[in-house]
Amino acid sequence: MLPTSQYEVQEAVLQSSVPLRVRGGGSKSALSTSSSGEAVLELSSLNGVLEYVPEEFTFTARAGTQLSEIEDMLAQNGQWLPFDPPLGGRGATLGGALAAGLSGPGRYRFGGTRDFVLGVQWVSGTGDLLRGGGRVVKNASGFDFPKMMVGSLGRFGVVTEVTFKVFPVAQQFSTMVLECDSLNDALEAMTRLSSCPLDIFSIDIEPPATLLVRLAGEGRALSLRMRRLGELLGDGEILLGEQEEDLWVQLRDFSWLSPGECLIKVPITPAVIPTLEARLVGEKSQRRYSVGGNLAWIGWHGDVNEIDIILSESNLSGLRVLGSAGAAWVGAPASAMAFARRVKDVLDREGKFLPI
Amino acid sequence: MAARRFLSDLAAIFPSDRLLTERAQLIPYESDALTAFRALPRAVVLPESQDEVIETVQLCYRASIPFVARGSGTSLSGGALPDEDGVVIALNRLNRIIRVDAEHRLAVVEAGVSNLAVSKAAAPYGLYYVPDPSSQSICTIGGNVAFNSGGAHCLKYGMTSNHVLGIKVVLPHGDIVEMGGESLEGVGPDLVGLFVGSEGLFGIALEITLRLLPVPESYRTVLAAYSSMKDAGDTVATVVASGLLPGAIEIMDNLTIQAVEQSFDAGYPTDAAALLIVELEGEANQVEQEFVELEKIINNSAAYSVRSARDDIERSQIWKGRKGAFGALGAITQAYIVQDGVVPRTQLGAVLSEIDELSVQYGLRVANVFHAGDGNLHPNVLYDGSQEGMLERAEQLAGEITKLCVRHGGVITGEHGVGMEKRDYMREMFAEVDLEMMQRLSRAIDPRGIANVGKMFPGQGVPGV
Repeated sequence: MLPTSQYEVQEAVLQSSVPLRVRGGGSKSALSTSSSGEAVLELSSLNGVLEYVPEEFTFTARAGTQLSEIEDMLAQNGQWLPFDPPLGGRGATLGGALAAGLSGPGRYRFGGTRDFVLGVQWVSGTGDLLRGGGRVVKNASGFDFPKMMVGSLGRFGVVTEVTFKVFPVAQQFSTMVLECDSLNDALEAMTRLSSCPLDIFSIDIEPPATLLVRLAGEGRALSLRMRRLGELLGDGEILLGEQEEDLWVQLRDFSWLSPGECLIKVPITPAVIPTLEARLVGEKSQRRYSVGGNLAWIGWHGDVNEIDIILSESNLSGLRVLGSAGAAWVGAPASAMAFARRVKDVLDREGKFLPI
Repeated sequence: MAARRFLSDLAAIFPSDRLLTERAQLIPYESDALTAFRALPRAVVLPESQDEVIETVQLCYRASIPFVARGSGTSLSGGALPDEDGVVIALNRLNRIIRVDAEHRLAVVEAGVSNLAVSKAAAPYGLYYVPDPSSQSICTIGGNVAFNSGGAHCLKYGMTSNHVLGIKVVLPHGDIVEMGGESLEGVGPDLVGLFVGSEGLFGIALEITLRLLPVPESYRTVLAAYSSMKDAGDTVATVVASGLLPGAIEIMDNLTIQAVEQSFDAGYPTDAAALLIVELEGEANQVEQEFVELEKIINNSAAYSVRSARDDIERSQIWKGRKGAFGALGAITQAYIVQDGVVPRTQLGAVLSEIDELSVQYGLRVANVFHAGDGNLHPNVLYDGSQEGMLERAEQLAGEITKLCVRHGGVITGEHGVGMEKRDYMREMFAEVDLEMMQRLSRAIDPRGIANVGKMFPGQGVPGV
């Protein structure tokens, strides 16, 4: 099914007799690959920008619009989505980013997908065409359905249109790449930065012990801030310009993954990193610790059941992003998921979408 | 009989000094900061532990008795208005700061902790809790969570919702659910996002994990006076178009300035038609560079007087008047209604002149003080409640203003919530089918209809009025 309007989405939902898997650009293979007994609702033809007034710091677009198209449009007006929405270079769509609830390294400073979504138009399992939120940057009216959709993987409904807040893009960026002696040194350096007033834009750790610290802002001030960063951390390699930008683009598009590796998103806190790293090193995996140690991206080339077990044993939950079809969530917290099911029973009582 | 039984069950949980049932004891709880609505509850309980809250909710569920959670009662939308048949669960004593984890930049607090207390507890670590509603010295985090409170920094930093990582909730039937956690990221539907701003209809937040950020190293605050509101509005547009991202952009109109100067000595020029406050904050070098740009913009604007704060004392002098504006209005009018609509920033000028016209038409003064950066208006309709029919006229005008905001592409409330006050305007913003879905969800989570019932949705009985 390839709807070109929200009304065709309504039709498709009402007429479907098997659970629908909603697909945007198909860039997140583990989430968009269908299994038997399902039908795919493809949103790539439901695209296009509906409203963009740069002075408002907002835009509204159909859910199937590619992130790259949005980013080009914003860049022409000196604006951006400051959370590095992942997989933009691989055809990811706005709706897909929202439904998967993914944010990149830039999420550290100003928040992620959940913090920039303002409004949604969506079709529930009951076939109703609904709106939630608004088109302005501040709103406390009614239940926050836009945020509820973040990470819901199309289990509550099909988002057909989204409004996002945007920011002016920083004039310049600079990144310090610091090779530490050990993972603990890198973590200790990250801790030192956590309450420092340098307005750090991103902090990532690349095992075994490389710390990447990104600053953004006005050019002259930026070099002074980088000097202050050096005083805090010691001398690292400084990246600027295209090389600097490429580094972060590659991180958000997961260019570091080996062919055939599946990708799992694992929310963490920095305290978890030493144990998780010790558990995974030497296993069939690669790791990137992003968003100031709040997120582990695990590239896994073994049997997916094994990594599920490792996560469960570590008391962590995960979302499969790239890889073959299978259960999306691993070890998601039970009481929260039970609550989510109660919500689903209202929004999708006939089970038009995949189960939670 | 059932009622007597319920009270004796409450007495089994609470000692007599924490179970209030006498009329004189209940009166302080009959309304919140929206005093136009009043209702005496059947009882008020003052829990000191999470378990006491949970037991109370379970009891309410078994007896089908409505409950309303209350923090400091600062809601401007009547969000904490009691139910006459119900119990008020007053949470001010549930006020432990469980921990501040500087390394992970978070604080875990109970619902009754005040907003400012979180920042105070975080200050020794160079951190703070960002959302700053005007009532932050007394309003509680539980209330902030229920109504998704805002403040002056929402364009850059978002609202309460953007600073809550996890919530432990007691649902209306007494079960506990843990939403979110300690990480900035999560997997699964964003239930924290759904809960924040649900106005108590999904139950009571007991324990909240808050995101903290480093205290800005430096501030630069500028105050500019304009002889027309349009000039002030145009300057906001220029500032925003310049690529700067100020922490706060605020505007006050002449009536507000007059009121402020009567109450405090903020040193505002009383002849200004509009005063603009723009504040930059962040790393010192960055702020200095941005300030050069900001000064250029302000000096090239139509401002006839510009004042920059040179130090913290001058900065707090500039803010003193703005933060005290609502209180100051109380001194120049017998009563007023605060509105909270949001409009797209480009519509500010048009909306403000329509408000002026309405003000003339209704013969009521409207004082405008607002968050210009995010388009959140606070038109204050001034009236004299002792005059026959004036409250009704003021309410009607306030309603017109709210509808006006929606017509211009905005929303009915930016930060005060719908509560009692704006229930009937939900239809302006949402279609019947949207409201029906929200209500169905509310009924599914609260099948007995006991959790802060009567709030948010139109067309329900109005207790106590």
